[in-house]
Amino acid sequence: MAISTATTQPKTATSPKPGQGHPYKEMYFRSRRTALPPGADAPDFTLRSTPDQWLTLSEFRGQPVVLAFYPADWSPVCGDQVALYNEMLKEFHELGAELIGISVDGAWCHAAFARDRKLHFPLLADFEPKGDVARRYGVYRDKDGVSERALFVIDADGKVHWSYVSPIGVNPGADGILSALEDLQNKQAMPEAAEK
Amino acid sequence: MINRAQLKLPDAERDHIQGVIDAPIALLEYGDYECAFCGEVQPIVREIQRRLGDDLCFAFRHFPLTNVHPHAEHAAEAAEAAGEQGSFWPMHETLFANQNALDDESLAEYAAALGLDETRLIQEVISGAYAGRIREDFKSGVRAGVNGTPCFFINGKRYDGSRALESLLAAVSQPATII
Repeated sequence: MAISTATTQPKTATSPKPGQGHPYKEMYFRSRRTALPPGADAPDFTLRSTPDQWLTLSEFRGQPVVLAFYPADWSPVCGDQVALYNEMLKEFHELGAELIGISVDGAWCHAAFARDRKLHFPLLADFEPKGDVARRYGVYRDKDGVSERALFVIDADGKVHWSYVSPIGVNPGADGILSALEDLQNKQAMPEAAEK
Repeated sequence: MINRAQLKLPDAERDHIQGVIDAPIALLEYGDYECAFCGEVQPIVREIQRRLGDDLCFAFRHFPLTNVHPHAEHAAEAAEAAGEQGSFWPMHETLFANQNALDDESLAEYAAALGLDETRLIQEVISGAYAGRIREDFKSGVRAGVNGTPCFFINGKRYDGSRALESLLAAVSQPATII
């Protein structure tokens, strides 16, 4: 595929020019993969969850948390992704986990988006300083001013258990999250095996 | 529960299938009756079935996104309830052909039009008689990596390409080339 496009593209085309055809490739630059890896301490943060409420990550200590960073409210893939996770809340809760969405959108935008999509989980506004939390998790896209589409499963002790960065136009689904949460549950059930 | 090996493949034991289970090409769709994209792709699925004939086994599993599609759950239950009366596929077609009218009253009308026991059907829908099965479909889809609807698996591999007839037909006709 790379060969065929090379022959048809004008010689003046220089990288890193956004790709063609796919809207997300037009909109966003290629990213570097710098997400916090498993075993890292999950940086604590306090962000607005609504225009007059705040949420702090460490309040969830003692249970797993799924942090879903996404580029923007209203964009089509995010819509599918949050709609899917919204339907999955029961499964996440059965595995003892809370789900939190995060983007750089402001709290009022989140409120409208959550109402429109009937979301039953919090959306946090990584709005001021813009993208600060995404940066600390290694998933901020400087050139685009939004976060990656990145997933983190944080364990009960506040450490990253699993992380995944999806191509920005691809809905990562929920299978990876479920596997990570089940893995945590198994470790909790058999702590000696987890210690190795 | 559907076992892991069958998450991405039709399962003759439990799925609604068209064609024979050991056909060389297996096309599994996870879909939602209120999803416009699923509705758009139905004629394309029919055409692929027509062209491939006995070479294709098609199966459908429910993946209702109930918060964005308020009628999707009952529509799926209506399909299952019709299936209990031997008419899953006629109801399946009817629902996709009438995506804008999937309220309970309409579901009962469709049952009557298909010559089914509409009272039984709507009672089963309202009582959630098949909710467990639909949730099982949904959960198996999530496990399989379904990330939106419609989502197709061709011989057990997720198809992420265009849903245009030519693209889907090409992928289905040459399942080894799916990446």
